[in-house]
Amino acid sequence: MTNMYEEQKHQHENRFQYKQRNMWTGILFGLGVVAFIDEVIFHQLLHWHHFYDKSTAAIGLVSDGLFHAFSFFATIGSAFLLADLNRKHGFWLKRWLGGIFLGAGSFQLYDGIIQHKFMKLHQIRYNVEILPYDIVWNILAALLIIIGIVLLLQTNQKDQ
Amino acid sequence: MHSHDVHAQNFPIMVQLLLALPFVLALIGYILAVIISNQHKKQWPHFRTICWIVGNVCALITLIGPLAALSHIHFDAHMIGHLLLGMLAPLLMALAAPMTLLLRTLPVNRARILSRLLKNPYVRFIRHPIIASILNVGGLWLLYTTSLFNLMHEHILLYVFIHLHIFLAGYLFTIAFIYIDPTPHSYSYVFRSLTLVVALAAHAILAKFIFANPPHHVPSTEAELGAKIMYYGGDAIEILLVYILFYQWFKSTRNSIQPKAATSSR
Repeated sequence: MTNMYEEQKHQHENRFQYKQRNMWTGILFGLGVVAFIDEVIFHQLLHWHHFYDKSTAAIGLVSDGLFHAFSFFATIGSAFLLADLNRKHGFWLKRWLGGIFLGAGSFQLYDGIIQHKFMKLHQIRYNVEILPYDIVWNILAALLIIIGIVLLLQTNQKDQ
Repeated sequence: MHSHDVHAQNFPIMVQLLLALPFVLALIGYILAVIISNQHKKQWPHFRTICWIVGNVCALITLIGPLAALSHIHFDAHMIGHLLLGMLAPLLMALAAPMTLLLRTLPVNRARILSRLLKNPYVRFIRHPIIASILNVGGLWLLYTTSLFNLMHEHILLYVFIHLHIFLAGYLFTIAFIYIDPTPHSYSYVFRSLTLVVALAAHAILAKFIFANPPHHVPSTEAELGAKIMYYGGDAIEILLVYILFYQWFKSTRNSIQPKAATSSR
């Protein structure tokens, strides 16, 4: 029993040292997860997004391909980074969550503004008034970013 | 479809056999090597043998039999063939560590010659992650965006060459990124990861490009289905590849667990 208690107490003793690493691990995971949610919900389940919109610009195709490959890289990579933090007793849940919100929000905003609007990769939904969808999409992204920043600032102050 | 129906019916069985032969020999050779080397070395892992068998079967069903004939007329079937022959078979066969098996089966002096061969500058050059990516993904771009795809179905020699290239380039690509067999010239995990992101992106971009611009004589419905097979099927196999790469990275940094060692690896 005492042993287990000791272990619990010392489990995350190195977390301050790995502060930045916790944040980046979260950001990568957030990026990957939001890309996955986008694919599953909007492409596969709702069929709102299109696989390829005929108005896509060449640069949009490149951006989409890079982000697509990067998103599953980030998901798998961040899972291993998390395992690495855990093995170094440096995991910090709150800071990691902050990173996730920031990463998820940033990708959502990039997708909503740059990819959907400037590169015309595809729209959120077709044959509807698109403006409300765009507004909700991007406000949601901004909210995620704000939550992420707040969490990161909170864990920043706790240093030492 | 239409004009190719004629081709499909007399798609020469000799070509199928010719392409299948190396894989049949590889399958028999590997199993023999396992049996021989097990007699005086410790048991060769069953996992590797199974990988080799399944990998070869993946290649064989693409090159011979009903799928090979279908691939000749339907683009979507052709794409399934591409996934099996160019991606899944090479990955499984790389996991089977054929060079390690060969090195432990051969007598010492021959094994030395082989390992010297593996170190030669040509092998070193084509095993560079960027070169291997160009040979693999670049080759696919060439195949699907030029008239090569059509020529392939008209000239038997070209058909044989391209199919061998798809497999070999896929294998080269796999072993350029994940090191299962002895690797004389290794590259850092960071470099390999960055190169792999770009290579896999180029694969995804090509899939969407095919979706919008079907190769000549390919009906757009078939091209669209084929493109999606390439995109999502490719993902499934690529996730496996990335997982193995990162797992090796994770294991290799085990020594940096000391609290002070903040840097992750090379």
